Amino acid sequence: MTGTTLRHAAWILRGNPLTAIAAAGVVLLILIAVFGPQIVPYDPIVSNVSQALMPPSAAHLAGTDQLGRDTFSRLIVATRLDLVIAVSAVGISFVLGAVIGAFCGYSGGRLDRTVGRFVDVMMAFPLFVLAMAMVAALGNRVENIVIATAVINLPFYIRFARAEVNIRRNVGWVEAARASGESHISVVLRFLLPNVLPAMAVQMSLNLGWAILNAAGLSFIGLGVKPPTPEWGIMVAEGARFISTGRWWLVAFPGLALMLAVLCFNLLGDGMRDILDPRMRT
Amino acid sequence: MKSFGATMIWAGRRFLSSLPALFGVLVFTFLLMRVLPGDPAVFFASGPNAGKEEIAIIRKQMGLDKPVPTQLLLYLYDVGRGNLGRSIMTGQPVTTDLRDRLPASLELTFTALLIALVSAIPLGVVAALKSGSVIDHGVRLFCALGVCVPTFVSGLLLIYVFYYLLGVAPDPTGRLDVFTSLPPPRTGFLMIDFVLAGDIDGWWAAFRQLTLPAVTMALFVIAPLARITRASMLVSLGSDFVRTARSVGLSWWRIVVTYALRNAILPVITIAGIVFSTMLGANVLVEKVYSWPGVASYALDALLSSDYAPVQGFVLLMASVFVAVNLLVDILYGIADPRASMG
Repeated sequence: MTGTTLRHAAWILRGNPLTAIAAAGVVLLILIAVFGPQIVPYDPIVSNVSQALMPPSAAHLAGTDQLGRDTFSRLIVATRLDLVIAVSAVGISFVLGAVIGAFCGYSGGRLDRTVGRFVDVMMAFPLFVLAMAMVAALGNRVENIVIATAVINLPFYIRFARAEVNIRRNVGWVEAARASGESHISVVLRFLLPNVLPAMAVQMSLNLGWAILNAAGLSFIGLGVKPPTPEWGIMVAEGARFISTGRWWLVAFPGLALMLAVLCFNLLGDGMRDILDPRMRT
Repeated sequence: MKSFGATMIWAGRRFLSSLPALFGVLVFTFLLMRVLPGDPAVFFASGPNAGKEEIAIIRKQMGLDKPVPTQLLLYLYDVGRGNLGRSIMTGQPVTTDLRDRLPASLELTFTALLIALVSAIPLGVVAALKSGSVIDHGVRLFCALGVCVPTFVSGLLLIYVFYYLLGVAPDPTGRLDVFTSLPPPRTGFLMIDFVLAGDIDGWWAAFRQLTLPAVTMALFVIAPLARITRASMLVSLGSDFVRTARSVGLSWWRIVVTYALRNAILPVITIAGIVFSTMLGANVLVEKVYSWPGVASYALDALLSSDYAPVQGFVLLMASVFVAVNLLVDILYGIADPRASMG
């Protein structure tokens, strides 16, 4: 980023405090993910049945669950796992999607058509169902939640990178790079990709929220994460059994954590898009 | 009628171009069956203690001893004849199970889509008309929050509020409470079957049972629909033809509905197709929350008990529904915008 971009970013943040708040929220989430297990007041795994199903109080800010575990501590500790799943899934699809999409957009021809067909087939599935099926096929483990979430994200990144590279393949500086003897691979990786990365980073931020929801949904239905591991989706699933007897905190607080995390990533993505492309402002 | 015919021809062409995707889906579900853990022959044997010979015979019967391409052809042949295998869980053919449960899922999804469209389009239109007002900001806030709350959380919180706190909603399990008897099955859609049977009380019971799950699912998709309606109404309200309509003194209603909304509806139709696909996925979560006896909860139960034929059948069914809905969206788009079917 040049000085002008930073000044522009600062100007936008002043005019759009929401983005600044969202950025702060994301930083806070990362801090919680890193230091969470050290700062929690209670052990997130050890049960204490005498304190089971207590509503929120000063001692237990978010109440306790059926085994007397402190919901607040479990929420804090869960942040790391939820973020790691979402970030690694989106990271994988970002890198693979950018490279595959860029080569398709640059070369066109048979490679482009084959990959395009493949993307079409993937898009012909309801994506959550596809993720379910993949976790079933690969085995009910956390790594496979990451892989499944990465795969269902992949078509969007391929399409995005393909379109962005395709419109640039014959512009002046690409011709110049080719004329100065750069190989095609080098043109794509060293010249075209860096140019489409900022736009794709925005896409990534918007996607992280979606990835968090998907991963939480998968663990809610019992795929991937296993109890007693603290994770937001599975915490909602465990609390669901007690909702019709009025134990709202077991669902509401993990739900709130999910909502805030997704909201921060979405708002940050929107704000970043404004910074990169002022025409898209709504 | 000429334009209608043209739309049909164009729709037919769209259908043909969606066939490769459908074929890809078939191959995928086949591969899914191949890579799923566990040997199907062992599953179909009398039990875990079945002898090696028995398993070998079953493997031969199921064609699992043949090379993979042959198996793919056999699979395609089976699917073509409507044979999706047998569920271990229920002991019935998967097609029968799916046929029994599909109406429940479709009734839920269509009701939710209806609720979502009926509330999202007016919200988006009003937000665009009163751009910058409190209503507009309210709608935008709702849209921003709506996409962030997972369906399973909003569903459970709705149960808490309407079942536990207010007591207005019935026990959130299944399509019908235990006191009401099922109507004679004609369409499988309870809302229609009760009307056909002339059973008002039954209809009301089923309606009460359907409301919360449908609202849950609708809440999740109102946000994208309202957002696109608002954005596309803003464009269309700012266009020359609306200004012209205003300048010739047409009534406000006519300008908004006939001119602005009709032109703004195209992107909404496209998004509605995408939204429907997310709803098919969200079905899994909503059906689990409300113990709704639909195809998604059936597939989920099967998945968790390693009964894979239903999962495979479900994935195939969902993908086919999805292709069909996309085709429908294309046709609607062609009717709403005659230019689209020319190209």
